[in-house]
Amino acid sequence: MSRAAKTFSLLLALAALSVATASAERIGDITENSLRDQALRFFTFQDPTVRYALAGSILLGITCGLLGSFIVVRKMALVGDALSHAVLPGVALGFLWHMNKDPIAIFIGATLAGLLGTVTVSVIKQTTRLKEDTALGMVLATFFAVGICLMTMIQRLPSGNKGGLDKFLFGQAAAIGPEDLRLMAVVTGLVIVVIFVFYKEFLVTSFDEDFARATGLPVRVIHYGLMLLLAFAVVIALQAVGVVLVSAMLITPAAAAYLLTDRMSRMLLLAAVFGMLAGATGAFFSFLGPSLPTGPFMVLGATLVFTGAFLFGPRHGVVTRWWRQRSRAQRVQRENTLKSVYHVLEDREFKGEGVSLRELAERRRETVEDARHQAGQLRRHALATLHEEGNLIFLTPSGWQQACAIVRNHRLWELYLTNAAQIAADHVHDDAEKIEHVLGEEVVRELERRLDYATTDPHGRPIPSWADFRKGAAPASRADDSVGYGGPI
Amino acid sequence: MQCPVRTRYGYWALDVGCWMFPNLHAMTQLIPDFNFERVFIHPWTQNADTTFWIFLMGFLVATACGLVGNYLILRRMALVGDAISHSVLPGIAIAFLIAHSRSSLAMFLGALVAGIVTTIIIEAIHKKSRVKQDAAIGIAFTSLFAIGVILISLYASKVDLDQECVLYGEIGFVTPLTQSVVTIGDFMLGPVPVVRMAVVAVLTILLIVIFYKELLVSSFDPALAFSLGINATVVHYALMCWLSVVVVSAFEAVGAILVIAMLILPGATAALLSQRLPVILGLSVIHAALSSALGVHLGTWLNCSLAGAMVVMGGFLFVLAWLFGPQQGLLWRTFRREQVLATTEAQLEAH
Repeated sequence: MSRAAKTFSLLLALAALSVATASAERIGDITENSLRDQALRFFTFQDPTVRYALAGSILLGITCGLLGSFIVVRKMALVGDALSHAVLPGVALGFLWHMNKDPIAIFIGATLAGLLGTVTVSVIKQTTRLKEDTALGMVLATFFAVGICLMTMIQRLPSGNKGGLDKFLFGQAAAIGPEDLRLMAVVTGLVIVVIFVFYKEFLVTSFDEDFARATGLPVRVIHYGLMLLLAFAVVIALQAVGVVLVSAMLITPAAAAYLLTDRMSRMLLLAAVFGMLAGATGAFFSFLGPSLPTGPFMVLGATLVFTGAFLFGPRHGVVTRWWRQRSRAQRVQRENTLKSVYHVLEDREFKGEGVSLRELAERRRETVEDARHQAGQLRRHALATLHEEGNLIFLTPSGWQQACAIVRNHRLWELYLTNAAQIAADHVHDDAEKIEHVLGEEVVRELERRLDYATTDPHGRPIPSWADFRKGAAPASRADDSVGYGGPI
Repeated sequence: MQCPVRTRYGYWALDVGCWMFPNLHAMTQLIPDFNFERVFIHPWTQNADTTFWIFLMGFLVATACGLVGNYLILRRMALVGDAISHSVLPGIAIAFLIAHSRSSLAMFLGALVAGIVTTIIIEAIHKKSRVKQDAAIGIAFTSLFAIGVILISLYASKVDLDQECVLYGEIGFVTPLTQSVVTIGDFMLGPVPVVRMAVVAVLTILLIVIFYKELLVSSFDPALAFSLGINATVVHYALMCWLSVVVVSAFEAVGAILVIAMLILPGATAALLSQRLPVILGLSVIHAALSSALGVHLGTWLNCSLAGAMVVMGGFLFVLAWLFGPQQGLLWRTFRREQVLATTEAQLEAH
């Protein structure tokens, strides 16, 4: 959690920076002064418009994040998209009711239209051969077209106050009034309470529908209940995000949260926080310029969060995973080098001082340049010191210990395979070559116990014992002081 | 607002109507009187020029989109079409900003790049993380679309597009009065967008004829396609590229969202009427022509967005096919079930 939070705050700073530079050109022609004034106006919260816009954006971020989590884990992300486009005719009809932006009328109309859209999709799916994606796309675009027709018809009506209807397409947080805000607060509260009370039911039906049905839960009722809540969320988000991009507020924060955690409760929390932050970012940036729509900025805020989670998420992030793989590969490489050094020393029965690059290269069947590179890696990790212009390698105490440990892992495993799994002695090397890098201390102790503290591997070579390399002495010839580790004194 | 309709004793339905719809007056104003003369005759006699070009544009858009859309439906990629139709917007906006002109070439290039980028982003999110494909589509296209909208609102003066046009197009502006025209010698071929759309539609038909086998096999049976030496990835990306081209040439006329309907509706309607691909392709062209013609009339009657009206009529045709289709229509299926039940009962009684 704390790592995620740290990554996140970093991202937010980045987001602010990048969007600020992106809008620099535009800002140039508003004059710098007014931009600063606007930012100041925003952050002092003196203007009620700012307070409404910010509070509304945060509320919708929470609602969308919470419900979005469920549709993302149910693989219904595009149902949210279809639903959000399908509400448009309802918005137009709700507007027509009183010929003004009456939040309640629009809320009812839009919810009904959204639900009608969802039901149409499932009826088409059940009664025709058409697949879900086709049904979704069709309902989405056709309902939207009906909405567009109605809206263009309303625009040419002589009477009434038609202002603000077009704001529903791309969203304008500054248009949120106190009545809208009250409605948003009620819906957000309702969503939170419903999710809290029916958390278990939603969870079970989302992840294992058959099990839910077997335990006697009304799966269909829960499904449609979720759709109803989803329609509520979409409708309260319309004012600020707009019809076209609402689906992003549902999908993107939840998907980002999905990448960061495996627990549904944490995912809900993270998604709500991400939604909130995206909402606030959008409200802020659209406030900076006179005709900047809010929705796209919110969506970009959410996308930045998602990108951050996608690239740097602690467990599933692409960059994190790449980094982890790379460091693992480097460790394996280092351990192989150490092993080769050990083998060289072992071949001369641990006599003589250090291992030359040439010996190492011959042993590993590589060029001297490669050997030099690997020796450099060892030195960087304080596993060896280099002498005689980098041509002679001396292992440090910790290098020696690691070399012994890896050889020991290798040989113990070989012995185990021949003894316990009855594999021929000449077939065990390759497997041991892989597993030696991942055996933990616990497993090694267990192997030792099972093998009755054997001292030689199937090929007749001594297995360095724990005590041996703790002392820092070679297993075979202890009489000789120059055992090959440590620098020349 | 008061209910302006005078109600008399006995007209309780109107009373209830007034109570339920306080704004009934505005609502009745919303739908103009239906005048056959005005709706069906005048467009072709008095405004024949405008009407013809609008109809032709709608027809060409719906044909090109519908033909490509058939393959999207077959491949269960209808929503990838949704994604690409949204994400060509930043491509177009950036192309405008770079080229400083409305040249077709820049627009096509921008849209192509945007289409490919979208496809790649969707694949990347879906393959490199555990986010499922549907969510990946949703994230990719909304982000790109948001970038496009922001670019348009920031550089409104330079980009010759406004926010509403992005959503539902300006099909009324394709007539020779408002657009420069393409001429060969003295003969006027047509306004630039219409000619461009015609070229794209003809190319679409040609490509489908030439690569009929490849498209068919790779859509229905990827394994067979592989054994025949057809590279499914190449077909996939080629389809996406061509989709971007079609979408961008339709963009000005119908916008980013209505184009989804143009992509899916013809194919979906045709799929309800037939099971053979050549027939389906033919039927989707017929659907395109009908929805375009009916849409022009509906739009004239209601005085609303013409592109929107075309889609509404397309949706209406779909509903007709859904209810009355010869084999899979709801009505016939119910009827046949009754018939089967009746004959079974008769047989049972005879025994």
